[in-house]
Amino acid sequence: MDSISENKKPIVVIKDLKKSYGDNLVLDGFNMELNEGENLVIMGKSGSGKSVMIKCLIGLEEPDSGSIEIMGKNISELSREELDELRTEVGFLFQGSALYDSMSVRENLEFPLRRHTKKFGFIKDTKPRVMEVLESVGLAHTIDLMPNELSGGMKRRIALARTLILLPKIILYDEPTTGLDPITSKEILLLMMSIQKKYNTSSLIITHDVDCARMISNRMILLIDGINYAEGTFESLSASTDPKVKAFFK
Amino acid sequence: MNSVFRIIELFKISLLEIGELSYFAGRFFKEVFKPPLEFKEFLRQCYNMGNRSLLLVGVTGFIIGLVFTLQSRPTLQQFGAVSWIPAMVSVSIIREIGPIITALICAGRIGSGIGAELGSMRVTEQIDAMEVSGTNPFKYLVVTRILATTLMLPVLVFFGDAVALLGSLMVENLKGEVSFLLYFTQVFNHLEFFDVIPSTIKTFFFGFAIGLVGCFKGYYCKKGTAGVGLAANSAVVFSSMLLFIIDFIAVFIANIFYDV
Repeated sequence: MDSISENKKPIVVIKDLKKSYGDNLVLDGFNMELNEGENLVIMGKSGSGKSVMIKCLIGLEEPDSGSIEIMGKNISELSREELDELRTEVGFLFQGSALYDSMSVRENLEFPLRRHTKKFGFIKDTKPRVMEVLESVGLAHTIDLMPNELSGGMKRRIALARTLILLPKIILYDEPTTGLDPITSKEILLLMMSIQKKYNTSSLIITHDVDCARMISNRMILLIDGINYAEGTFESLSASTDPKVKAFFK
Repeated sequence: MNSVFRIIELFKISLLEIGELSYFAGRFFKEVFKPPLEFKEFLRQCYNMGNRSLLLVGVTGFIIGLVFTLQSRPTLQQFGAVSWIPAMVSVSIIREIGPIITALICAGRIGSGIGAELGSMRVTEQIDAMEVSGTNPFKYLVVTRILATTLMLPVLVFFGDAVALLGSLMVENLKGEVSFLLYFTQVFNHLEFFDVIPSTIKTFFFGFAIGLVGCFKGYYCKKGTAGVGLAANSAVVFSSMLLFIIDFIAVFIANIFYDV
């Protein structure tokens, strides 16, 4: 485990998380801690419950049992208003970008900003803030474009900008490089790293892309059979002799 | 025996759906007065639903007025009651035909549009994206649309009724040389409070039902892209059925007061 994991305090704590759909047990007592300033990668096969776990974390799915604490707050005990307030501290990058297709890039970015007057106050002119985050992702020139005029990589960057506009302390990435070509994938990963430095965020990255894990992770968890089967740095896990762990790094 | 079980299962599913729809309606009333009011989005929806439906409602209304008058004229002529055409047509259109036909057109155009739009937003995770950014997608997407349909449908019905009467006037003018002034004097002489008010009130309920069902089907759309089509389709079917039920209840209640 590297210095980041040892020195910083946990910002997200998941304990004994269980979730099933009918007879299909997806998460069977999953445990996890994300430390401040850390890039934690969760790897698992398709259908292993990675996305379910991340959706439970942000409150989009309700777990059957277990506890989830974000910045010291147990999310199951929060009211709707308190949860919405907490969500401004947690950004979420969707696998398919999920840009609002009836709005321009500018409106996509303004949408959350204008609705969080408690955190940001009433912002009369949102353009400077919008331009700042667009410049962070290198797409300032797309401000007046519609999502259908953007490429897949550009959509992912704009989605990241929309996440950043609320100045989150934690960013959750759901398969950030899926569906992108290797060059664009690398660009997105470099962008994620530069954003973490610039905004001092903690990141939880869900992926099955080994290259992504190698490049970005401080620490990794392998999610197998609904539990955190193995945990460690990329180097330690890739050197493992356990056949289930080895299968990921072949 | 199998078919009995299937009927029971279908009945259960229908009850469950009605329960969920009632809960959805309850959530609408809970959220409608909460800030933020999303006034800009509400106006945008009013424009989309109202202005963009005008042509369809207008053309349909005009043809209905025209055909209705053409079809009833020969029979009334046999009884020497042609002078009753403006009264008969106006009462029929304003009380019943105008509101229900316009509502059915809107269920097809607006209801399916809402179902498909929200369904597509659901399957592409846009609604989830609103939720995780700490904004209230129900308020922004559902409340504004239901309010817009509730307020726009009476306006569309009023417009459709007016155009239908113009269609009827055209036939009367061509066949019976009835002037604009004479036709509308006859219309307003025979229209009463109980012809106009109950039918206007029920159009608000029609609009609410169209918006509610369209939003409900779209908001909880499942099964990927196939689910979007299903949401749009079932929004039309379900809201059309609901319109007839509301119409029956409205006419029943109005008749109680009318008889007194």
